[in-house]
Amino acid sequence: MKRFDIVEHTADTGIIAYGTDMQEAFANAAYGMFSLMADLRQVREETSRYVEAEASDRESLAVSWLNELLYLFDVERIIFSRFEILELTDTRLKADVHGEKVDASRHKLRGGVKAATYHTLKVAENRERCRVRVIFDV
Amino acid sequence: MARWEGPLKKIDDYRWEIPREYKPGMRVPGLIYASEDMLDSIREEQAAEQVVNVAFLPGIMGHSMAMPDVHWGYGFPIGGVAATRVEDGVISPGGVGYDINCGVRLLRTNLREDEVRPRIEELLSILFTNVPSGLGSTGKIKVGKKEMDDILTEGARWAVKRGFGTEADLEVTEERGCLKGADPDKVSVKAKERGSPQSGTLGSGNHFVEVQVVGEIYDEPAARAMGIDDVGQVLLLIHTGSRGLGHQVCGDYVRTLREAMQRYGIEVPDRELACAPVKSAEGRDYLAAMACAANYAWANRQCITHWARECFTAVFDRSLPQIGLEMVYDVAHNIAKIESHEVNGKKVSLCVHRKGATRAFPASHPSTPAKYREVGQPVLIPGDMGRYSFVAAGTDRALKESFGSVCHGAGRRMSRHAAKRGVRDADVARDLAAKGIIAMAASRGGLAEEAPEAYKDVAEVVEVCHKAGLCRKVVKAYPLGVVKG
Repeated sequence: MKRFDIVEHTADTGIIAYGTDMQEAFANAAYGMFSLMADLRQVREETSRYVEAEASDRESLAVSWLNELLYLFDVERIIFSRFEILELTDTRLKADVHGEKVDASRHKLRGGVKAATYHTLKVAENRERCRVRVIFDV
Repeated sequence: MARWEGPLKKIDDYRWEIPREYKPGMRVPGLIYASEDMLDSIREEQAAEQVVNVAFLPGIMGHSMAMPDVHWGYGFPIGGVAATRVEDGVISPGGVGYDINCGVRLLRTNLREDEVRPRIEELLSILFTNVPSGLGSTGKIKVGKKEMDDILTEGARWAVKRGFGTEADLEVTEERGCLKGADPDKVSVKAKERGSPQSGTLGSGNHFVEVQVVGEIYDEPAARAMGIDDVGQVLLLIHTGSRGLGHQVCGDYVRTLREAMQRYGIEVPDRELACAPVKSAEGRDYLAAMACAANYAWANRQCITHWARECFTAVFDRSLPQIGLEMVYDVAHNIAKIESHEVNGKKVSLCVHRKGATRAFPASHPSTPAKYREVGQPVLIPGDMGRYSFVAAGTDRALKESFGSVCHGAGRRMSRHAAKRGVRDADVARDLAAKGIIAMAASRGGLAEEAPEAYKDVAEVVEVCHKAGLCRKVVKAYPLGVVKG
């Protein structure tokens, strides 16, 4: 299954991430976000971090999760390429995330993502798959 | 995307009203500044609906406005202006945006095009090296906890104290580069952590340092007051904001205010319009944190100014006074300000949200720096990197009608993704080089995303503002070379 699609937005960029379950869709949303920033095929798994996010509902949780990863990127300069969701409820997420410190010579860095926004945000599921749609301020 | 089919009632050639009756809950009408030719592209996306949604904000006065560079944002449209009463109105972080005090700063030089053009590549290379840019880049200044608090409280003054620039720079910076009411305790530890390694960095995306040459002067006295005397004179334009610190502050407070909003019983049509009464604890805390982020951005542009000056003196092997590089002005285009405005003959304290809009105060306004008291506050309106940018001046009409606000740039026409389709950075660089413009970018795809074709023609945007009387055109400048983040 495709991990994500790009959503076009005049000034910004968004993604719709897919998964057979919600865990996978949340992991693919993070993967899609970092794909906007670098070539993830070039990113090695050299370091890991544990991440927790909380929010009042499932959609806000997607925003909190992605913004938590952007915070980690800014502070530790780690590009994450694999996301293991350990626990996911409507209001809480726990994950181990893996990646590597930024290496401008190898990672083919693109533009940054400032934030995940609530704009046309959607977390949904049907019988076939789960979806997370989020627009980023880039 | 669905076309927007709502009503746009013609007021005159440049003003289009969305009546309050369009959607129950609108507290004021919407007002879009545009030429008739622009309406079709404005209707292609949902920016006008966002103008309507902003009109729901409690305490909003006059109109929910959009400048001619309006485009679809999140919550507020980009190019949106909304003034709410401090007494009983709300403040919305979405009306400022994630990049708090994203803004532009213009410097003038004594250099001429024929001196700079032959050395432009050398100049850009050294700017590229000395102004940290691109994703994950870190600043050259190490900032500890105490120093971070100083940056957040003092803004550009902190940088000047450290030797990055002069008092004269502060004179011509909006708010003298320091927004009052900043309280570092209202800024989360996470925001400070994000800001610390990024102090003095350009960032990525549409941020840039651009070397320009004056192409046309429309208003000689105003240009002269700005230190711009002649066609062929070289200018420098810097565009950046508050980096990860601002993004975190916005994210933190959108979340806080979303929760607070329910307690205050405020209902808005879009989650990104989260807001709280200006006078509430949450509203005041956001204002104090936003002021910190604004100050961080002003310090950032001040540091970059200093390094750019070093680059020029090195390349041209002349002293700074010989080169010039004095500031014309520094203006924020993502900010909310508490300002006093006259409404129906009465002075009212308002919270003016400018989201992708520039302050444009007239000559007579006390906040206009002394050297511009005859001509009006300079307004800096960058275009795309292949065409031109404008310098304008604020007017009385802007003060009366748009709470002293005007447009901020060209406005995107094409999504970043669409701009990149089938276009490589090298293609864009080659096309620009054919026009005599040298471009460098830190990010892959950075030039393609920012290709001139992705933007509307800024001349059309400025023309509407000029004819509508919101600003007066002063100078048009062409790019010689640009460093993109």
